[in-house]
Amino acid sequence: MFATFDFDVIRRSLGYLFLEGMTFTLTLTALSAVGGIIFGTLIALMRLSGYKLLGRIAGLYVDFMRSLPLVLVIFWFYFLVPYVGQWVTGASRPVSVGAFTSALVTFIMFEAAYFSEIMRAGIQSISKGQPAAANALGLTYAQTMRYVVLPQAFRNMLPVLLTQTIVLFQDTSLVYVLSMPDFLGAASKVAQRDGRLVEMYLFAAVVYFTISCVASFGVRRLQARISIVR
Amino acid sequence: MSYNWNWSIFFEPAPGGTGTYFDMLLSGLWLTIQTGVFAWIIALVFGSVIGVLRTLPSMTASWVGFAYVEFFRNMPLLVQLFLWFFVLPELLPRSWGLWLKQLPNAPFYTAAIGVGLFMSARVAVQLAAGIASLPRGQKQAATALGLTTSQAYRYVLLPIAYRIIMPPLTSEFLNTIKNTAVAITIGLIELTGQARSMQEFSFQVFEAFTAATVMYLLINIVVVTGMRFLERRLAIPGYITGK
Repeated sequence: MFATFDFDVIRRSLGYLFLEGMTFTLTLTALSAVGGIIFGTLIALMRLSGYKLLGRIAGLYVDFMRSLPLVLVIFWFYFLVPYVGQWVTGASRPVSVGAFTSALVTFIMFEAAYFSEIMRAGIQSISKGQPAAANALGLTYAQTMRYVVLPQAFRNMLPVLLTQTIVLFQDTSLVYVLSMPDFLGAASKVAQRDGRLVEMYLFAAVVYFTISCVASFGVRRLQARISIVR
Repeated sequence: MSYNWNWSIFFEPAPGGTGTYFDMLLSGLWLTIQTGVFAWIIALVFGSVIGVLRTLPSMTASWVGFAYVEFFRNMPLLVQLFLWFFVLPELLPRSWGLWLKQLPNAPFYTAAIGVGLFMSARVAVQLAAGIASLPRGQKQAATALGLTTSQAYRYVLLPIAYRIIMPPLTSEFLNTIKNTAVAITIGLIELTGQARSMQEFSFQVFEAFTAATVMYLLINIVVVTGMRFLERRLAIPGYITGK
């Protein structure tokens, strides 16, 4: 069954696949994860702030994002971002943003909804005595969050945040629908150019599988280490 | 914003001659629901089998369950769909491959099976966690009464476990429906796909996507309401979800 396989096509395109494709995928994953966690934390703080309106808005945002398929959100932002850019900069026509920026904005906004739920659980897992003690010491709300609550919440939730980042890493393959040159996009371009769908898609599957497996194994190790410390 | 809104676009005839743009979106919605339900049935069946395997005392069984879950969880859904759609027919004996490729509605079956198996790994994890959360006494009492392992699962463990994991199953069902949108890449023209082609034909991007968004929200509301009802009917008195 492997007799007609042309494994050379993989070797020939390794440079393109990894230097361009995988770099795109990993950069997008890392920046989206950082942006998503920052935004997500802000949303979680809004939800827990005690201001009804603020909490309601944040809750609606999270529910809204979580009920839409990522593919639809990718399309939304791809067409929406130029108009928002025009509105923000006051330009006379929709600004053209690169494919990468558009994808980055999409993933930050989309993943923020998921990260915010994780951070919310993390913040709620901190015992009430902690903010109360910080308050008694005269720390302001911002200081309490910055120095007491968030560091602990972040630490407790680190394994879950990283697991979600692995999901995000897999989800970035969906930029394929905008024919962007991420790892899968690059593999698919080579596949279609050389008529080698089987080899390229199998290879892509193996690469995604290996990276995700190694990463989730690492997360499990980390979780074991953290849980001993606590 | 320099965008020409035109909300009456939905009532204009779509190219293809099968009705208005609104009918086009409705047919997409219908296909999304069909694919989602088929995929969900597959996810439930396979997920249940694997979930049970993961909780059995046999090392082989739990290893099989572990390998299955890791296999389907560590690859992007899009890649899995490509494997089913482009790679599988080439790896099978020639005549089978040809039959697969000539199958009418191939994207539909591929999407239902691909999304179904992808989600089955998640259902398996939920069910295994549900079974593991039961007090040890349940299994022991069943054994003491002389029930075989399969009887213990059939009459004691599973009926409770399924009811405990209803809330996470609801969100997995919603995820299944949402994930069918990925099948746009193998040519399944479901709701997102119809919105996309409406945008290409009419240039009314935001109207098309708004309509699709509203339809997805409606699906969510219907599913959540239905599952809440089911949860309340099936709740076990004395448990957190019960009365």
